Parts: sequence; C-alpha cells; structure tokens
Amino acid sequence: MAQLKDIVPKHPKDPAALLDVVRDVQAAFGHVSEAAIGRIAEHLGLSEAEVRGAVTFYHFFSLAPRGASTVYLNDSITSRMKGRTAVARAFEEEAGCRFGEVSADGAIGLFPTSCIGMNDQEPSAIVDGVVFTSLTPDRARAIVRGLRSGTPAREQVGPLGDGANQSDLVRAMVVNNIRERGPVLFGAHERGAAVRKAVAMAPDQVIEEIKKAGLLGRGGAGFPTGLKWEFCRREKSPRRFVVCNGDEGEPGTFKDRVILTELAPLLFEGMTVAGYAIGAERGILYLRSEYAYLRDHLESVLAGFRQDGLLGRHIAGKDFDFDIVIKSGAGAYICGEESALLESAEGKRGEPRDRPPFPVQKGYLDEPTTVNNVETLAAAARIIVEGAAWFKAMGTPQSAGTKLLSVSGDCERPGVYEVAYGLTVADLLEKAGGAGAKAVQVGGPSGTCVPPAGFGRRICFSDLATGGSIIVFGPDRDIFEIVENFMDFFVEESCGWCVPCRAGNVLLKKTFEKIVKGKGTEADLRDLETWGQMIKCTSRCGLGQTSPNPILTTLKGFPELYEARIRKGEAFVPAIDLEAAIRVGCAAANRQPECKESLYD
Amino acid sequence: MTETDIRFTIDGQACLAKPGQTIYEAAKANGVYIPVLCHFDGLKPVGSCRICTVRVAGRYMAACTQPVTEGMAVENAVPDLEDMRKALIEMLFVEGNHFCPSCEKSGNCELQALAYRYQVMVPRFPYLWPVRTVDAGTPLIMLDRNRCIQCLRCVRGVRAKDGRKVFAMVERGAHLTVEVDRKLAARLSEEEAREAMDLCPVGAILRKETGFAVPIGKRKYDHAPIGSAVEKGTGR
Ligand SMILES: Cc1cc2nc3c(=O)[nH]c(=O)nc-3n(C[C@H](O)[C@H](O)[C@H](O)COP(=O)(O)O)c2cc1C
Ligand code: SF4
Repeated sequence: MAQLKDIVPKHPKDPAALLDVVRDVQAAFGHVSEAAIGRIAEHLGLSEAEVRGAVTFYHFFSLAPRGASTVYLNDSITSRMKGRTAVARAFEEEAGCRFGEVSADGAIGLFPTSCIGMNDQEPSAIVDGVVFTSLTPDRARAIVRGLRSGTPAREQVGPLGDGANQSDLVRAMVVNNIRERGPVLFGAHERGAAVRKAVAMAPDQVIEEIKKAGLLGRGGAGFPTGLKWEFCRREKSPRRFVVCNGDEGEPGTFKDRVILTELAPLLFEGMTVAGYAIGAERGILYLRSEYAYLRDHLESVLAGFRQDGLLGRHIAGKDFDFDIVIKSGAGAYICGEESALLESAEGKRGEPRDRPPFPVQKGYLDEPTTVNNVETLAAAARIIVEGAAWFKAMGTPQSAGTKLLSVSGDCERPGVYEVAYGLTVADLLEKAGGAGAKAVQVGGPSGTCVPPAGFGRRICFSDLATGGSIIVFGPDRDIFEIVENFMDFFVEESCGWCVPCRAGNVLLKKTFEKIVKGKGTEADLRDLETWGQMIKCTSRCGLGQTSPNPILTTLKGFPELYEARIRKGEAFVPAIDLEAAIRVGCAAANRQPECKESLYD
Repeated sequence: MTETDIRFTIDGQACLAKPGQTIYEAAKANGVYIPVLCHFDGLKPVGSCRICTVRVAGRYMAACTQPVTEGMAVENAVPDLEDMRKALIEMLFVEGNHFCPSCEKSGNCELQALAYRYQVMVPRFPYLWPVRTVDAGTPLIMLDRNRCIQCLRCVRGVRAKDGRKVFAMVERGAHLTVEVDRKLAARLSEEEAREAMDLCPVGAILRKETGFAVPIGKRKYDHAPIGSAVEKGTGR
C-alpha cells in the first residue's frame, strides 16, 4: 500500500510541483484526503486552502474517494446520440450506484465527464485511465464485473485500434478514422527534415517563411503564427518558451489526438522549429489528461529524437540546444485557453490571466512564450520543408493551407479529414455521408449551429472559422436537447472567475429552459438575446465570450423553433408552478388553503 | 502636462494619464468615476466583477486591468454600458443570498451602494437561492458565503506572516467559493482580522463579537453615494 510519506517528499519543495504531487496522491489513493492536503501544504509551503483550491478545480482530482476503480463516462452530445443513456444505465445497474456516486462496497465510482476526444467512436469512457470506445450496455456490465473480480481495466482492453494504437506503448481501443489524407499533415515527410532545414536558416528567415505562408493558428483564434513568433523573439529576455497546446477540449474535436498518435514526430519537429525561430531552449507539450494513454508513446518519440540529435545539445550539429517536456492537465476545458494553460503548467488552478501582458511578453514563468496548437506546429514544420509558396497555393487567399477536421455525429463516415480551406459544409457532408442533416455544428459548442440554408457556407477564417469540431445532426434530432447539453457544458467548465460567465450562463440557461418548457413569453425570448450579448461583451476570456453561442446561433438559425414554444401575447408567465409551490408551503405549515378551486385561473 | 503624459478621452472629455496607469486609475485621477467592485487600490487588479467594463473602438474591456494608451477614446457612462453594469450588479444579488436589513455591512457595503447608485429595484433575473455555508470555525472572523461575491480581495490581500494565503478559492464555475484556512486564520491578530473585514466589499468576512458599533443610517454610504468622492475630486 502506497504511503503519503513516500509520495509527497519525492517532489521538489516548490509550489510549482503542486499538481504533480496531487496527481500522484490521487492516483495512489483515489482521492486527496485531509491528511494529504496538510502534508502537501507543509511540503510546498502553501496554505491548506490553496491546496484544496487546486484539487477542487480539476475534474479528475477529488477530496472524496472516487472508488477503487473509477469510470468517467463521456457526456458529450454525440455520446448521447450514440447510446450513452443505455450504457450509463448498464454501468449503474452493474455497479449498484448512480453517476456521481461510489458503490457501497467502495469498488466502483461512476462519474460523468466532458468530451474526452473520442466523438468518432462514442459512447466512450475512461476507466482507471484506460480509454474504452464504442461502448454497449453489455460491454459496460462486463467491464464492471471484470473490475470487481480483479481484472484491471488495462487487461480488459480490446479489440485494439489501428496504427500506433496497436503499439505496445499505446495498446488502446481507439481508432484513428483517417478518412482523407491531405498534402500538409499527411504528405510524405522525411523525419528530421524540417529541423535540419530550419537550423540551416537564420531564425528571422524561418519566421519570414511562416509569415509568407500565411499560417493562421489552428486552435480556434486564428492568430498569424509568424507574427506571434516574431513578437516573442523581439522580447528582451534571456529565456523563452515554446508551448504546444494539446488540451483539445472543445467538444467534438479529436484531430489533435490523431496527430499525437500518428504524427508525433512532425509535431515535435514543429516545436523545435518554433524554438529555433524564437530563441527558446525549452518546449512544453501540455497534454490533456484524457490523452494520458499516449504519454509513453510520446516520450518514446522524444527519446528517439534525442538519440538522433534532433533534440538536446547542438541540434543537427548547430549551436542550438532545445528539449521538450510533457506536462499533464487534469480535466478542465478552460486549460485550453492559453493563459489558463500556462497557469496550469505552473502547477496552479487553471484560471485565465488578464491581457496585456500577452503570453509572448509574459508567459510561462513570466518569460516570453509562444503557445500554439498541435496542428499549427505540425503545419509549420511542413512549411519549412516545402516552402511558403507551396502552402499558400492551397486553401483560400485569407485562409491558406489545409485544415484537419474532426467530423462526428449523424454521418456514415465519422473521423478526420484533411481538406483545403474553403470547403462548403455541403461538400463536407457529402464526403462524410451526412445526407439529410438538420443542422451542422461548426466549431463545437462555442461555434455556430448551421441550418440547412447555410450549408453553402465555407469553412475558413472569413466565414465559418473552426478549431476543427464538426458535429452532424440528423433529421430527427432535437435542437433544444443539443443546446441544453452545450449550455450545461459551459456552466460546468466555466472557471467561475468572472460574474457574467459564472452567473450569467446559469441565468441564461434557466430562461432557455423556461421557454423550452412552454412557459416563455416574447419578453423571455428578447432576454435570451440581450443577456447572451451581455455575457459575450463583459466576460473576461474566450470561454465566456462564446458561451451564449449555442443559444444565440440557434435563435438565428432556427427562430421558428423558439417562436413555436413561446406563449404569444401573454405578458407574464411565471417560471414556477405557483399552485405546486403553494401546496408545498401548505404541507410545510400543515394548513390547507380555504378556497378549494384553482387560485390562478 | 509633462512629456510622458498620455492623452486620451473618456466620453469625449480630454484626460491625461501617466504611463502604466490603468483606465480606471487614470479616470479617477481625472475626476471621472468608473464603478469598480472587485478592485481595491493597492491590490493587483483581477477583473473579476466586470462592473468597470468600458468600450474602446468597439471592444469591451475591464478598466481596472487595461492600461491607457495614447489617443484611446474610452466610452464609459453611456446607456448600454450602464445597463450592463446594472445587470452585473443584479446578477450578484440573485447569485448569492443578500438580506441587507440583517447584514452588519449594510450602509458600508459596496455592492449595496452600487445597487443604490444604479437604482436597482427588482433584479431582471430569477433568484437562484443557492445553498451556501457559513464558516465560524476561526477565533476572530466569521465567513458568510451567502454574501460572498468572489471578488478575490481577501485572497489577494490577506496573508500569513510567512506569505501564505489565508483565503483561497475552491471549486469552479457556479460552485466557486472562498475558503478560509483555519490554521492560518487562527493566527491572525485583532488588527489583521479587522483589516480583512474592511477589505471585504460586502458582509462575507465579519469580525466576531463586535457589531453595529456604528448604527445603520450613519454609515459610509448613508452619507454620500458611492463614487461621489471621485466625482468631487476628493478621492475614493
Ligand atoms: C475556452 C478556450 C479553450 C481553448 N481550447 C483550446 C484547445 O484545446 N486547443 C488549442 O489549441 N487552443 C485552444 N484555445 C485557443 C488558445 O487560447 C490559443 O488561442 C491557441 O492555443 C493558440 O494557438 P494557435 O495560434 O496555434 O491556434 C482555447 C481558447 C479558449 C478561450
Ligand atoms: S469568462 Fe468564464 S472561463 Fe473566462 S475568466 Fe470569466 S468565468 Fe473564467
């Protein structure tokens, strides 16, 4: 049995080690006990309240026991569309407890979790760190029975997926589902070519090449990558950092998972090229903990790079030192926001920072830092090899190159597609076999719900921008159920720092629910719109600034659905059932109202 | 005006700022009131309440965290921004449990004072009536989470002798709440406990065993509305 006194002192006496200590303690005991809190606080010189603050921020850490084995079942809308409800019931029946609880024997804990990046193979779950995909009720029961009878999750895995998922270091059920290979990411690439070519150039030339290529960030915001690198390089500082954003938390995106599985060398080359360009010696890959199953694989790619002189001292024989470390998340969508990511990487609660200063000025450990998406860095490596002109020739004038899209939902061929920018939604539906779609969600919950009238719109930065999440909704889907799932996601994942996002989304969702229940008025409908805009305008970071989008974009795309639900012409309809409330009051006071007939007709 | 002064405007009024000043600080120096709630002079601004939201060239930003730049044209007391501020105040009221008449801070409370200034009658939002707890487990102070507005002032401003934080935020999202470190709080002096209470803009941190020393009706904002000192050019 592991002991606190063996785990905690192994870590440096440095507050930055907080999340690493907590992760070890959580893994060993299934929770972080009061005793552990005290010990960790003492070791790191923090207050106990602060330690508790970090533990309670992250979904995969907990103060209360989560069971000898813990099941985290994905709660994304796609998971629901693919049969989550029946799978959840099977888990509950077999475990003997509800979701959010631990079974009486302490053996099994069941918890929901936000999208785990497996939308193309739902329902999926993480059981003791092991990913199970395409779950059925029978499989769910078998997993729980296995756990109870002493078969660990990792021994229950199978059948294995394709590609590197089959390797001894991964051994995952995950399938890549690569449906279309484009020339940028999946083009033939000679290992190390990008690094060797970059270090033969001057750093400014590397930046110039990326700028000329017109590479815009693939993580969602679309900031010009070359410019970001240039800003960072220009900052006066002896130390700079390259950070790769591998948090991939937007529900419905899983393309970075495929890059990390199949194209990790290309990604690490991209990070090294960035390091050379900005003058950094250290790169950090921030890997969401849902992808922890890829860690050994990624470490082994890094080890291979070191062996071959592509990382370490004097890279490719030049006067350039660079190495990469991997840091883990612990279940928080907000940690994909770059400044929150940096906080988390520094071992703290993943709360966004105020800007300015921007990460290129003060980033990791307050040093100039570039944060880039996995795909951006992989594309940068290819640009260095093939040249800016080659890249610029693809896509549209404002959106150069290709985009890796994650397509899921009601389509015949879910998976990743590397396509040139400018593709219409209709073209994509054709490729993926999504005929008859009622709506397509472009860019995940924070993006746009596109109705059929908009299927001619193009996927590119100047029209439908997306980090890569595309979810297809078939003709029978209930738009309101989708919106509700997305709003629940934002309420769950808001960091809570600022008022409009923390409280506003709860209030917005309440009014939305009132309308869906048929108790809304025209005034409620107007409130949805104005409150939504208010949350967007006043929120502190991108999460809050996009969180009302599920409601706002469906109000725009499907106004008739909302119109049909409201009570036209009625000035006021209470959200609560007054009579029911009075009955409760009467029961509590042990009195009966004197008039028997209905009070409010 | 000196060489380094930055010229900018607030609602068309010409103003001067020192380099590095935030919009809020510069506004105050120019006698323009921008309402703040989470902000406290001397503490690092955090932009959590968003009540100081202003607009510059169509972009919204928190005046307490945003530095002034040359030529900036700040929109401040315009109707749509004022309505958003009022909405944020209302959100805080419905998000917690605020029963002003029974609160020791009534009259000294900045949330209440802002509600008066913005003429909040009935919030436009439904009350959420959250279940929140009170922590009276430390010798000198009582933490009433019903009234907490998560402004982070105590988190930023109250430290133990060795620099450790006495207050910290726990949980996230709608469950975000403040926690007091019992061990560290037990070592607070009378003086420090009083400072913690004064730092709290609402009645969430109270000094135990004393109360209503100044009667309601004779308290800070009973005399003059919040912001009036800035507008008269006499400070906070
Ligand atoms: C709430 C939120 C979540 C985000 N999640 C991610 C993410 O998972 N991966 C990502 O690359 N960028 C994410 N971003 C965008 C990052 O803040 C940042 O813009 C990006 O990593 C920059 O890289 P790029 O320029 O290469 O796109 C997120 C932003 C917000 C506001
Ligand atoms: S907008 Fe939401 S996620 Fe962003 S800082 Fe505010 S509360 Fe946190």
